[in-house]
Parts: sequence; C-alpha cells; structure tokens
Amino acid sequence: MNPLLSQSPLLFLIVVPLIAAAFIMAGSNAKFTALLGSSVSLLFVCILLAAYPKLGGTGYQFWSSVPVVPQLGISFTLGADGLSLVMLALSTLVTVAAVAVARTPEKNPQWFYACLMFISAGVIGAFASVDLFFFYMFHELALIPTFLLIGIWGSGDRQTAAWKATIYLALGSFVLMLGLIGLYLVQPEGNRTFDLVKITRLAEAGLITDASWVYLLLLIGFGILVSLFPFHTWAPQAYASAPAPAAMLHAGVLKKFGLYGLIRIAAPILPDAVREFSNVLLILLVGNILYIGYVTIAQRKLDWMLGYSSVMHMGYIFLGFAALNTVSLTGASMMLFAHGLSIAALFALSGELRARTGTLDFAELGGLARTMPAFGLFFGFAAMAAIGLPGFVGFAGELLVFFGAFSGGKSLMSVAGGHEIFALNSYQIATICAVWGVVISAVYMLRAYRKIFLGTQNERWSGLPDLIGMPRIALTVLIAVMLVTGFVPQLLVKLITPALLP
Amino acid sequence: MIQPLALEICVVCLGIFLLMADSFLVKTDKSALAYGAIVGLAGVFVLSFYTLPAAPDLALSGFYVTDTLGMFFKRFALLATILTVILAIDHAPVVARFIPGSTPQAGVGEFFVLPVFTCAGLMWMASAADFIMIFCALELVTISIYIQVAYMRRSVASLEAGTKYLILGALSTGFLVYGITWIFGMTGQTGLMQIGEVLQRIPISTGLLFGIGLVLVALGFKIAAAPFQFWVPDVYQGAPTPVTAYLSVASKAAGFVVLLRVLEPLLAVPALQAKLFPVLSLLAVLTLLYGNLAAIPQTNFKRLLGYSSIAHAGYLLVGVASLGAFMAGRAIVFYLFGYLLMTFLAFLVLVPVAKASGGDEISHFNGLGRRSPGLALALLLSMLSLAGIPFTAGFLGKFFIFEAAMDQQNYVLVVIGVVTVACGFYYYLKVVRAMYWQAPPEDAPEIVVSAPSRVAIICLSALILILGVYPQAILRMFP
Repeated sequence: MNPLLSQSPLLFLIVVPLIAAAFIMAGSNAKFTALLGSSVSLLFVCILLAAYPKLGGTGYQFWSSVPVVPQLGISFTLGADGLSLVMLALSTLVTVAAVAVARTPEKNPQWFYACLMFISAGVIGAFASVDLFFFYMFHELALIPTFLLIGIWGSGDRQTAAWKATIYLALGSFVLMLGLIGLYLVQPEGNRTFDLVKITRLAEAGLITDASWVYLLLLIGFGILVSLFPFHTWAPQAYASAPAPAAMLHAGVLKKFGLYGLIRIAAPILPDAVREFSNVLLILLVGNILYIGYVTIAQRKLDWMLGYSSVMHMGYIFLGFAALNTVSLTGASMMLFAHGLSIAALFALSGELRARTGTLDFAELGGLARTMPAFGLFFGFAAMAAIGLPGFVGFAGELLVFFGAFSGGKSLMSVAGGHEIFALNSYQIATICAVWGVVISAVYMLRAYRKIFLGTQNERWSGLPDLIGMPRIALTVLIAVMLVTGFVPQLLVKLITPALLP
Repeated sequence: MIQPLALEICVVCLGIFLLMADSFLVKTDKSALAYGAIVGLAGVFVLSFYTLPAAPDLALSGFYVTDTLGMFFKRFALLATILTVILAIDHAPVVARFIPGSTPQAGVGEFFVLPVFTCAGLMWMASAADFIMIFCALELVTISIYIQVAYMRRSVASLEAGTKYLILGALSTGFLVYGITWIFGMTGQTGLMQIGEVLQRIPISTGLLFGIGLVLVALGFKIAAAPFQFWVPDVYQGAPTPVTAYLSVASKAAGFVVLLRVLEPLLAVPALQAKLFPVLSLLAVLTLLYGNLAAIPQTNFKRLLGYSSIAHAGYLLVGVASLGAFMAGRAIVFYLFGYLLMTFLAFLVLVPVAKASGGDEISHFNGLGRRSPGLALALLLSMLSLAGIPFTAGFLGKFFIFEAAMDQQNYVLVVIGVVTVACGFYYYLKVVRAMYWQAPPEDAPEIVVSAPSRVAIICLSALILILGVYPQAILRMFP
C-alpha cells in the first residue's frame, strides 16, 4: 500500500495550515488563505468528531506510525482519542476565530498570517501526536512565531515582553525535554520507547518505578509553559503586548499543551509521584488562584487583567489534575476547553477595543455600552463564561473539578470515642480556596465590565462603531459553542472520560 | 573501486594542479580556480563511495584506519572544503582589496587553492590511528590555515589574527609533541591500538597521566574548549570570513575526531575512565559557560559566531564526557554534521550581506527580512537550528547529546547545558530581532548572491530540515 495513503487523516490536519502558510508566503491573499485553511481544518475536525463514535468511540483512532529513530524508540505516531479530539476541536475553532478577528497589519501582512498558521500547525500536531517526542517537537514549532508576532506586531513594551516570554518558554521546554528523556530512561532497558500508549502499558504493568524526579522535571517544565505560580511572570506581559490573534492562540490553545501533557502523561504513568508531591502542587496552585487572583483585581488595564486572569484560571485545572480521580480529571479537561474558548473571546474583544479606542485603561473608558451595545453584550457573555456561571461549559468544568478535588486524598473526618472529628485534608482546603477564587474572578470580571461599558461616557468615545462583520460572527460562534456544551456537557464528558485514567 | 588512500592523493594532486594552473593557465579570472577546486573535490566526494577496504598491510600497520567514522569525516572534510571555496568566491573581492598587486586579482588564486591542501590534511586526520600520523596531519592542517588566516596582508586585523593563531598553534603543537613523548615513554608505542593493548597490562603511572593531560590540552586548543579558547574570538573576527567558517567547522570537527580516536583506547581502561571523565566534564562545563555567557553581549556577528562555536564545542564535550552511553558517539557525529550545516549556512548569508553593507556587525542585518526575504529566511533557519528549535538538525543534535548525558547520569552537565541553551536563545534571537524587528537603513544597497552560494544555501537549508525530521539519514551509517 502506498505509504502516503496509509497515513492517518490527522497528518492532513497538520499539513493544511502549513500549506496555507506556504501559499501566503508565495503571495496569495493572506487573510483569505488563512481563513480558508483554518476553516478546512475545523471542518475536518468536525468530520473526525462525527466519525469517532462510529469507530468504536474509545481508545486511539486514526492511527498511523512511522519509525524515525528506532535506536531510541522514536516514531512519528499520530492518533486521536476523545480528549485529543476535544483539544483538536478547540485548536481549530480558536484558530478560525483568531484569523477572523485579525486586523491585517501594514507591516509584512504575509508574515503575520503565516506565523498564525505555523502556531496552528504546531498545536494541531502536538494534540494529534501519540509519540512524546513529536508531541514535544510540535509544541516548540509555535515558539518562534510567537516571538515574531509579539516582537513585530505587538503593542506597548513589546520587545521586553517577547524576549522574556521566549527565553522563559525555551527554558521551560528544555526542562520538559529532560523530563521526557527521563521518562524514557526510567523504562526497563530493552523496550524503551517514546510511544505514550506503550509507556502507559508499561506503567500499568508496574515496570516504571522510582520516577519521582521525572515527575518533578515534567511538573516544572509543563508548569513554566502553563504559567504555574511562581513561573508565571512571562505570561501577563506577553499577553498584554501580543496582537489579539496571537494572544488568543497562545492563551487559548498553546498554553493548554502543558496541562494536557500532565493529564495525558503524568496522571496515568506517574500517579504515585503525583500523589507524593501533591502538597507542593496544591500550595502552588492555590498561589495561582488566590495570589494571582488578587493581583488580577489590582490591574488597571484590561489587557493586563486578562493576562493575569488567564494565569489564575490555570489554578483550577491544576487542582483537577492534582486530585487525580476520574471526576476531577474530567473537569480539568473540560476546563481546558472552556477556558480556551472564553479567554480567546475575551482577548478578541480586548483587541477590538484597543483598535477602536487606542487604550485599555479602565480610567479612560466608560459607558461604551451606549454606543456599542452588541460589543457590551458579547463582552458580558464572555466574562460570565470566564467566571464560570451556570449555562456555560466553564461551570460544568469547575463543578466537576470541585467535586472531584474535594473527594481527593484520604478523608480525615472520622468518629473517635463517640465524637465526630471534623478535619479537612489538603485537597479539601485547596478546594475551598478555589471556590473563593470564583468570587475573586467574579469581582474583577464584573468590575471590568462596569468600568468599560457602564457609567458616564467620555465624549471621545461617542462615535465608536459597534462590533460588525467577521469578528461578530466569530464571537457568536465561540459563545454559542460555550453555551451548547454548557447546557449539554454530556457531549464532552462522553468523549473525555474514557480517555482518562485506565 | 579504489584504495581509500587514493582519495587523499587525489586531493593533494588536485591542489598541486590548481597551483600550477594559477601560475600558467589562469590569467584573468581567478575564480576559475575555485570552480576547478569545487568540481575536483566533488569528484573525490563521489569517489569516496567507491572505495575498497584498506589494503591489509596498511590496515595492520595501525597507521591508517578506514572505519565508518574515518570515511564519514573524510566526506565531512570534502563537503566543508567545497563550501569554504564557495564562500571564498563571494568573498574574493574583499580579500583582493587587502592584497597589493599589479592586477586586481593578483594573489587571489592561492586563496582558492590553500583550502584544498587543508582538506587533504583533514582527511588524513580522519583516518589517523597513530600519534605520529595524527601529528603530521594536524600540522598540515594548521600550517595551511596559518597562511589563510593572515591572508589579507594589508589588514591589521587579519595579520593580528594570523600572529595569534601562529603563536598559540605553535604552543599547542608543543603540548601535543611533549604529551606524545611522555605517552611513548610510558608505553613504548605510538599506535593507538598498541597503546590500548599495553595499557591493559601496565599500571597507571603519573607520567602517563601527564602525557595524556598534555595531549588533551593540545586538543583543547584545536576544538576551542575553555580554558584554551582565548584565541578564538580575535582569530575568528580577524580572519577572512571563509577561513573563519573553515576554522570553526572543519578544524574543530577534526579535533573531535582525533579526540574520539585518542580516547577510545584510554577509556577502555577502567582506572583511566575514573580519571578522564571528571576532567572531560569539567572542560565541558567551563566551555559551555564561557562560550554562552561571553556570547551574550556581542554585537559583531562574526565574533558572535566565534563564541557560538565555543559554546557548541561545549555541547559536544558533554557528549564526549558521556561516551559510555549507547548514543553518545552517534550523537557527537550527528551534532558535528548539523553544526557544519548551520554554521556554513550562517556564513553563506553573512558574506554577501557584509559585502553589501560594508561590515559584519549585527546591526548590518537590520531589516534583512524586507531587504532580502530569502536570505533572511535562510539565516533564520540557521539561527533556530543553532539555538536548538525542533524540526532542525541542531535540535536533534542537542536532544541526542542530552539523552546520552542523562543515560550516564551526568546531571550537572545536563543542568548547565539547559541553562546555557536558554542563553543561546537570547543571542541567536538577537540576530533574528535585527532581521525582522528593526527597520532597514534608508540607503540599504542591494544584496547580490552568486549562483553557487544560492545553490549551497538552498541545499543546506533543505538538509537542516530533512535531518531535523529524519536523523536516520546520518545515524544509520553508524549501526
């Protein structure tokens, strides 16, 4: 059989954005080509989603594998299960939205869209890879386009932001690389591999032991990429300076790579190590939720506030991961999806706002809902989705995380000597902090809404155009997807849960 | 089918023929010599795939080995020389400006021919398995490079570079000879294989360690390992650009081949292993730190590449210090080949840009993304590969090296390696920033790239990407 034909359809999905990038560089209409390419990807993912249940609905489908470095057990293996498909849907959906809201810059427009397409190819490749080596390689593909996007087309102190983010992320990825090499080396000699499925099987057979140092490397590496407190300082500045589509793709999709990796690799393969270091992780993630939460409240500019809020929300997902049970992991995976969509919508709106007013300072804005009612409506929806109000998919995710995490660990409640002993374990304390975090995010999101859209209007803003055209359609779709999956979370749960813990 | 020895003889004959042709045949356009050299070397490259195993008497003498490693580095040397000559064609007008002569091209001819002799030396070195042979080959390389470094004799920088290289080269030669003498005194042998046999029998004496230490120092100079690296930045900056490229790739690679060959019998002795690995690790740490940290503040591109070559010597030394691992030898070879590709690619872009902009500061690359998108893309690829971004040969090289180091539990090296990789991102991306973030100068002249350079740039870029996803192309040569 022709080796090309025996490839997985996922290869097509990775190649589409690259082809679009090539066409863009060759001089075709940049925005149109990018939009076409990303729409084709989205459509294709929808087809795969429809086909997946018919293929059995569990395990990896659309499988193909080509050995690359047999000496090290590296092969180019593609495959997707429910969780990967959800992430692929998120990636392609956010890419379409990012391209749709992108304002073609005057400086080198081809490069701009080509960079977006490269990021898209990178995230699709990462989520479609079963081989950890390529999983890692594809993620890195997005690093340089991000550097260029922030550095060339960013705003504010863009150069510092781009440097900081790039060096930080490069360092994080190399730590992660060491972690993956470590994961390779702790396997018993003779059948070492980078194939996730095979490693998981080895772990189930109890052949991977004494691997807590590997988990620590993975946690720090992924943690830097996901802006785990205290490795978060690159994120707010980078998102504040990045052009809107870059921030949407990075905060919405690329950053999820790290948590996806932890859920995919650490949870099934190194559960003992995760439990061993659960207290460290719980303290750090409470730092994410409470400390960064309060820092977010203190922000005076919308872009910085959104940057910090995206750091803060990672804390919930880490909580879902740390608790390590099916409910919490399902919740964490749903939150990956939910947060990706809501933060993408918020960054899209803040980009639109910046393009209209030239400032995102709360002190200068106000009363905009009067001139831009639809804009205000969309922002309200997106903000409520980000807080996690019922009806949005974020609510379902948060609820599952909280339920799962509260039942995590060993319960300390007991009855001794006829007295009930009321005690909380560290998971429960962290969960309570996280619930308080919801209040914090409600405070800053609603305050942002009030400062920007309510109150007295500055004369300068009286003639602003409302949200129209492509950005409006893109945001409608994003919010619609959040509402639909929010009302019927079963759609996601059915896909995600079988892919989690064995 | 030919004897492998014939390859070197062909190269030497080619050099002599070209020198003759320079005097008698080619009067006006000296670049004909360069094309002659390229075609000739390419011919030898093709011939190298049709060699017999070495004749038994030659193989038994222990002087000359034609194993996979040797043949690989013969081809490596040929490739590097071809690329150097291509660079020299573009760079010749700059060189000619600094050479007094009756006609504009007087004295340029040898500039194209000398690398051919160096190439012969490098090819001998790849096969040398005896200290005497190693020494002779090394000197053939070094002496012909002395001339090339100081070639622009009206340029003070070039002369300074030449003098520095001469003095420090002579010093390192002294170390090498003295070290060989001690090793010979202790073992009674100069052949590496025979030394290995003797070492299994005799106890490890101080004299032997002293000799080994001196040889390591001498090789440290050749591969530019800290603390023997101080000649590198000045020499690299002052030398004509093609020679810089040659020096930083071919001469370094040859140094590593010799290092691998010399270490092989030594590391077979457990007692020496325990002494050598810490020394090699220390060298690796110093080289990594020095090369990467000193590169950060550089503003001159050639000098930056000089420091980057020290940094890469550091990563290679990490591989050498992990030689017990299954992948270590392969990792070093792969890394060296990737290093050849990306460094020559950087130089192939540097030469035309420097010629058009009148200097090789990083600021001369400002706005290259708009002035010449193709060149900028090639340099972007080269910088990403040097920094170690996935899907390039440079990343896989680093990956294999780190894998080997972790396999040998050299965790200190790994940690320092990762920190220095982050430094590397900073200084390589500085060039990317100049190309894409900064605006081009108003009066930026057009950049002309000659046809051979263009072909070379495309081939190297393609190879970097191909090896970045299909490393087996190199690895499968070393089963």
